[in-house]
Amino acid sequence: MLQQLVNGLILGSVYALLALGYTMVYGIIKLINFAHGDIYMMGAFIGYYLINTFHMNFFIALILTMVLTAILGMVIEFLAYRPLRNSTRIAALITAIGVSFFLEYGMVYLVGADIRAFPQALQTVKYNLGPISVTNVQLTILGVSIFLMMALQFIVQKTKMGKAMRAVSVDSDAAQLMGINVNSTISFTFALGSALAGAAGVLIGLYYNSIDPLMGMTPGIKAFVAAVLGGIGIIPGAALGGFIIGLLETFSVSIGLSSYKDAVVYAILIVILLVRPAGILGKNVKEKV
Amino acid sequence: MKKNLKSILSWLALIAIVYLALTVLVSAGVIRLYHLQILMGIGISMIMAMGTNLVLGFSGQFPLGQAGFMAIGAYATAILTKSNPTYAGFYLSMLVGMLVAGLVAVIVGFPTLRLKGDYLAIATLGVAEIIRIAIVNGGDFTNGAAGLTGILPYTSWQLVFAFVVIIAILMLNFLRSSVGRQVISVREDEIAAESMGVNTTKIKVMTFAFAAMTASIAGSLYVGYIGTVVPKDFTIMRSIDYLIIAVLGGLGSMTGTIVAAIVLGILNMYLQSVSELRMIIYSLALILVMVFRPGGLLGTKELMLSKLFSKKAKEGK
Repeated sequence: MLQQLVNGLILGSVYALLALGYTMVYGIIKLINFAHGDIYMMGAFIGYYLINTFHMNFFIALILTMVLTAILGMVIEFLAYRPLRNSTRIAALITAIGVSFFLEYGMVYLVGADIRAFPQALQTVKYNLGPISVTNVQLTILGVSIFLMMALQFIVQKTKMGKAMRAVSVDSDAAQLMGINVNSTISFTFALGSALAGAAGVLIGLYYNSIDPLMGMTPGIKAFVAAVLGGIGIIPGAALGGFIIGLLETFSVSIGLSSYKDAVVYAILIVILLVRPAGILGKNVKEKV
Repeated sequence: MKKNLKSILSWLALIAIVYLALTVLVSAGVIRLYHLQILMGIGISMIMAMGTNLVLGFSGQFPLGQAGFMAIGAYATAILTKSNPTYAGFYLSMLVGMLVAGLVAVIVGFPTLRLKGDYLAIATLGVAEIIRIAIVNGGDFTNGAAGLTGILPYTSWQLVFAFVVIIAILMLNFLRSSVGRQVISVREDEIAAESMGVNTTKIKVMTFAFAAMTASIAGSLYVGYIGTVVPKDFTIMRSIDYLIIAVLGGLGSMTGTIVAAIVLGILNMYLQSVSELRMIIYSLALILVMVFRPGGLLGTKELMLSKLFSKKAKEGK
């Protein structure tokens, strides 16, 4: 049981990293960024090539991957989402789906649809701590995720750019009148979210050992569910939601529902929308006319 | 009635001409079995894409799980016709599929559609996956991932044609009814519609359930011509295929949907050998159309013969 708790926390930390990107983008431009799961996939592939081809140290590869996925996120925002800033939400959502499929099938075309083995960049060491056992890979994942989440919290709460992000998400017109460059703030938000997704991709590649071009779809949707569960637009909520989803998934596997583990997550979405649509940490906001 | 008679008759004539043309071409051997299969596929995409467009283009909500409802119809037919392999059984199974799909749509639609925002997209995506996972784990009932085979060919091209015509007429008349106007008002401005006394949640759920039922019909027809059904046919990819048709044709234009279904159906025939490139081309098309022409290629324009007549009448004066 305790062992499941540990496994759930590890998986949950990866979902949390992904959910943070969803929640930040949704908070600032009210768009479900469908391509977010595919940036996670791109992160896994970039990490794969950096470690496999250039034989980089794992942590250097991780940082470089984050930089590259951040740039990718900014490029996507600039080319696909920025021209649609003032059109309907449906148009933006359709574009996001288009971007998502473009990335997926672009990668299928470039590298093939086969599943690849992610290089074992860290020598696996197993620690037995009483009733539970953890590997150093698991500890790395947990450590890196928590570090990134704290760094994000620091950026959003303490820096000038973070203040701008919060201002734009409350009211972008008013923020612009106060001299905030809305375009670069949104761009920065995409960069942050994509960097986290890229890191999640590398970490999950290391953990599960296999990557393929369509790997981003299911975790992407689950991370979105996590973001809704915690309260979409709220950064600590996304982290909380991610951990809850990870734990639930691990527990549903351990009680013998492994073939239904995805269904459990989707069912949670329906239940949360029925019971508490604002999410666990969310407040109910009435729309003014 | 008399005012509309002319346009109704000319629509009937148009449908009859298309039907006769197809009959002649089939009996003359110009359209062979292979092309007939593609034509039936196009007809089924038309039904699916019209359902998608009804929700996406007219009520302004985002359905991403039409494939799940299609799976319900397909499996209803596959399972029920096993014990009752007659046309009566086929239509009965179609009805059962419709009812189940409608019920599921109401259950999912109610919690998600009372909220503003795009939750429906993710929720329907999730529901489609739940349906698929339930089918995969259905044991002997659905035969798991291997699927069911040996379904008799109930679907002829005439049947598909008839259903496309019936569903198109039903949908267009629905949209011209007072309820249909309410649907469009929800798309234009939900708050304004609400203050005019439109029960927006009810309207949205109803439209969504209507679309789910048509998807189920399409599923039954699909099984009737393919003959086998496997759960992996009903992944999100299939929903996206129909979404692409609805979007490219024009959000809020049934004419556009029908034209796009035909064009993309024929295009798919040629792109079959390069299926990976096909998805890249389509996803790029989605992005470009949204960036440069967010309403889709035809916008909300409909082909209306009655307008044609009234224009001519005015010119005559």
